[in-house]
Amino acid sequence: MSRYSVFSLFRHALSHHENWQKVWRNPTPKDVYDVVIVGGGGHGLATAYYLAKEHGITNVAVVEKGYLGGGNTARNTTILRSNYLWDEAAHLFEHSMKLWEGLSQDLNYNVMYSPRGVLNLGHNLQDMRDIERRVNANRLNGIDGEVLNAKQVQEICPLLDCSERARYPVLGASWQARGGVARHDAVAWGFARAADSLGVDLLQQTEVVGIRRHEGAVCGVETNRGFIAAKKVACVTAGSSSLLAKMVGMELPIESHPLQACVSEPIKPILDTVVMSNAVHGYMSQSDKGDLVIGAGIDSYTGYGQRGSFPVIEHTLAAICEMFPDVRRVRMNRAWGGIVDTTPDASPIISKTHIPGLYFNCGWGTGGFKATPGSGNVFAHTVAKDEPHPLAKPFSIDRFHSGHLIDEHGAAGVAH
Amino acid sequence: MLHLFCPYCQELREENEFHYRGQAHIVRPKDPESLSDKEWGDYLFFRNNSKGIHHEMWYHVSGCRRFFNVTRNTVTYEIYETYKIGETPAVTDKEETE
Ligand SMILES: Cc1cc2nc3c(=O)[nH]c(=O)nc-3n(C[C@H](O)[C@H](O)[C@H](O)COP(=O)(O)OP(=O)(O)OC[C@H]3O[C@@H](n4cnc5c(N)ncnc54)[C@H](O)[C@@H]3O)c2cc1C
Ligand SMILES: [Zn+2]
Repeated sequence: MSRYSVFSLFRHALSHHENWQKVWRNPTPKDVYDVVIVGGGGHGLATAYYLAKEHGITNVAVVEKGYLGGGNTARNTTILRSNYLWDEAAHLFEHSMKLWEGLSQDLNYNVMYSPRGVLNLGHNLQDMRDIERRVNANRLNGIDGEVLNAKQVQEICPLLDCSERARYPVLGASWQARGGVARHDAVAWGFARAADSLGVDLLQQTEVVGIRRHEGAVCGVETNRGFIAAKKVACVTAGSSSLLAKMVGMELPIESHPLQACVSEPIKPILDTVVMSNAVHGYMSQSDKGDLVIGAGIDSYTGYGQRGSFPVIEHTLAAICEMFPDVRRVRMNRAWGGIVDTTPDASPIISKTHIPGLYFNCGWGTGGFKATPGSGNVFAHTVAKDEPHPLAKPFSIDRFHSGHLIDEHGAAGVAH
Repeated sequence: MLHLFCPYCQELREENEFHYRGQAHIVRPKDPESLSDKEWGDYLFFRNNSKGIHHEMWYHVSGCRRFFNVTRNTVTYEIYETYKIGETPAVTDKEETE
């Protein structure tokens, strides 16, 4: 793989940019892999990359039924933060946050990580108490956070209606300055290119339809392109995880729901931070292209149709119009939905299973994009060593039987 | 936007009037004291999350405030039937044998 740099840009300019190398290969499947990763979203690709880079396991395939990063990775609103309440979650998300900070250099690919700060608004006294509790917990865990009053919020975000006549009065907010956004496609492509260059095969348009076992242990996957043998199979399939589990007769504590977002027409820069509100359920940021990126909530009912219900997006847009009266006349360009894998405690599952050689990384629900590097990193360790990474250990599927839930409904409250 | 026919009100109403209450026909353990952790966990947290035909409970919160059941396709969102609590669904998936 040739490295991207200012010099390569300059060199390729001389040949009118017509000789750039393909970003990754399009290999034919080998007969047998050490690890087959099912699902070529950000988490699957990151898992492949860290397997190769940190554990020297390069005989790896990522099997993706559509195209790379076309699932929730392509559909999310790209918000990053690590201000989770409980120690287990805070450590996991903070691990990811630290990886974001050096990711573009590590991958030699600009993932456009932009630490522009994240505001979580409080609209009533209980919101403010929860915010104080969460920020204190974060600081005890070494994670940056501040409690701001309404005046400070107004200074950071002039666009937000913090006046007394606001429909949803702003009493204050939590502020994580290191939070922000990254470019979703670039994250998938960056991990894909880096994994490919270490020898990982990226098999697109390859759907897993069965998981084969031999004497109880996993021995490969059935796909629409035939059987692919594997010593280990790692499923990273977000909203489709229950379907993978059913292939081996397993059930997961997961329900799949549509989650929606929309973007406006591109406009001049008006918002240089991320503003989210649990209470009215809406959040907004502005992309580098100028679109306002607005996230809504999940449909209350389960669903696999990649579109959401109208009342949900209507509710969010009504709230956004009240919070940001200046954007009321901006037109929306596109709205879409992704299928998110929600768990009873709003925390992910990163786990071995009772079947030797079979692993699951799922349940990231409405907020897993921010965890992409960290999730891949700890899951690669779990798969390589057949033993949970210390940060992943509390997220084992066993917790739904032992009762050690990690209830992040508060910090994961608004869907991001 | 879903339209649900409430079997009690006998009216077709918009989704906003209802709350979704999860998978239907989950039987409450008869003797909770004797359940193992495994059984408790399964009862509380594990759902079939079907892709296709799904039986689920809905609550007519802005109407008669009663619970009823719905058979819905979770891919096309087609609603096959709604029926009262205690009744059995007419539309079922071949695979659903439990
Ligand atoms: C509208 C929306 C907004 C969001 N906003 C945020 C946000 O602001 N911040 C945040 O942190 N998170 C957010 N999320 C959540 C985030 O997108 C996900 O948690 C994360 O991207 C999941 O990544 P993944 O790689 O696990 O899943 P995916 O990107 O969905 O990848 C799973 C892949 O598995 C493939 N697959 C499935 N079944 C099979 C099969 N049988 N065979 C082969 N391949 C298969 C799929 O095609 C898919 O590409 C949002 C999600 C949505 C939908
Ligand atoms: Zn009714």
